[in-house]
Amino acid sequence: MNEPPKEGIKYVETTVRLPYHYVAGDYKALYLLALKEKRILGSKCDTTGKVFVPPIVASPESFAPCSQLVEVADRGVVTTFCVVNIPVIGRNLELPYVAASVALDGAAISIFALIQECKPQDVHMGMRVEAVWKPDGERQGDHEDIQYFRPTGEPDAPPETYINRL
Amino acid sequence: MKRPVAVVGVGQTHHTTRRSDVNIAGLVREAVDLALRDAGLEHKDIDAVIIGKAPDMLEGVCQPEQFLAGALGAHMKPLLRVHTAGSVGASTALTAVTHVASGLYERVLTVAFEKQSEGNAMWALSPNMPFVAPLVAGAGGFFAPYCRAYIARTGAPAHIGPLTVVNARDNATRNEHAHLREPMSLEDVMNTPMLWEPLRFGETCPSSDGAIAMIISSGDLAKKGPRKPAWVKSGYSYAEAMWVPGRDQVSPKAGQVCAKHVYDKAGITDPWNQIDTAEIYVPFSWFEAMWLENLGFRGVGEGWKAIDRGDTKFGAHLPINPSGGVLCSNPIGASGMIRLGEAALQVMGRAGAHQVEGAKTALGHAYGGGAQYFAMWIVSSQE
Repeated sequence: MNEPPKEGIKYVETTVRLPYHYVAGDYKALYLLALKEKRILGSKCDTTGKVFVPPIVASPESFAPCSQLVEVADRGVVTTFCVVNIPVIGRNLELPYVAASVALDGAAISIFALIQECKPQDVHMGMRVEAVWKPDGERQGDHEDIQYFRPTGEPDAPPETYINRL
Repeated sequence: MKRPVAVVGVGQTHHTTRRSDVNIAGLVREAVDLALRDAGLEHKDIDAVIIGKAPDMLEGVCQPEQFLAGALGAHMKPLLRVHTAGSVGASTALTAVTHVASGLYERVLTVAFEKQSEGNAMWALSPNMPFVAPLVAGAGGFFAPYCRAYIARTGAPAHIGPLTVVNARDNATRNEHAHLREPMSLEDVMNTPMLWEPLRFGETCPSSDGAIAMIISSGDLAKKGPRKPAWVKSGYSYAEAMWVPGRDQVSPKAGQVCAKHVYDKAGITDPWNQIDTAEIYVPFSWFEAMWLENLGFRGVGEGWKAIDRGDTKFGAHLPINPSGGVLCSNPIGASGMIRLGEAALQVMGRAGAHQVEGAKTALGHAYGGGAQYFAMWIVSSQE
């Protein structure tokens, strides 16, 4: 028999591993392939004509199919954002960084985007930004193909053009 | 509801950074024992157990309700787990209400917990999704941009967020269960580091270990005592999808609709004047102003003004979160049920040092996910 521990054990640290395979489905597979070609695909609602990025097969608003894939611009507007000063385990982003909601031109909803090539304090709602892609030959067909977004220097978008695309 | 339902017992643990004296089962059992004692009941008086907690990744234990059956006293009884992210504590209690109101059970034990010290909530709430740039840093990182949008929309001055924390901390000094009980001045809050600008460390809820349990009873049995119950006048849960074109994350439709339904059903036409106190889910400072508007207490753009005038302080017109709220204690999965339980304690007149004088009607509210899941109830001292 082992001797019982002399000091009380309050807790032990263990690690949970949870590997999984995520099935992309047709639309997201095509979306990822298109990123390799510096193209961003969305899907268009058959009823409302609104475009979802990344593409989904049916609209959660109209419940109609989104049967058509369409290309949207690799530029858009910062609809809102925060400046992150706190690290997350397993990520190596340099702090602080700007995590923004960016509504791409032609898309009805926004995506999360990293904003760089400007100071965090210069980022603002309505700022026009564009994607900075990985160079040809390095794109793998995943979200990292877009390294980050940067200001375009265009005039700010008026709030009414993005207020409903937070 | 098909028949009257009431809360006859409430029990909660102290909420703190790390409860290393108990495991999850021990933590949950503590709340269960307190609730049963509060109701003057025993396990044999309970027909079913309904439990909720936040997603399993928070502690890394899958389906903990199964190994907790013994601690919950659920052997040979129906045991149900509810999942609605941060709002889960509230929707769990409402599930218990439904089961009693339907006539299926006479008394249901409902329990919610989180033992955040056993995992890493920020990691668990920041999963790397296959198609999305991994930029969102925890719940604060998700919600801070919507706080910014609220500020931009309403022109609210920068001190409103910190002032909300000052009020919450002041309230928590009167609540023996609260995790953060030290008062903070406006300057103290302003001087804490910016984590997710515009949200500071001081404007963020803590990570807590804690649990709460309630006994939900049929009206007939509730009248038999031993104490005055809290009558559930109405309770609803509503949800909306996360990525809907035109969805307003600052004031989500699901929250507005849910509030309207709980008010209508409870006969409330003027929540600002007819509700005596409200326990609402405010994990980050600005959400108090945002929910004051979303819940119809104040008009659009007017929520922050009520806070600025001091109308939501303890002893003022509508005390919000007299317990100190989520900003002072956040065992995530339990937090929603704590809101509902604190509302019940207020109308029972048993909230102790943080009792709102003469409280007869109270709102308990929680939200979860990407501000998509809402669950609320109105409780009253009158049947």
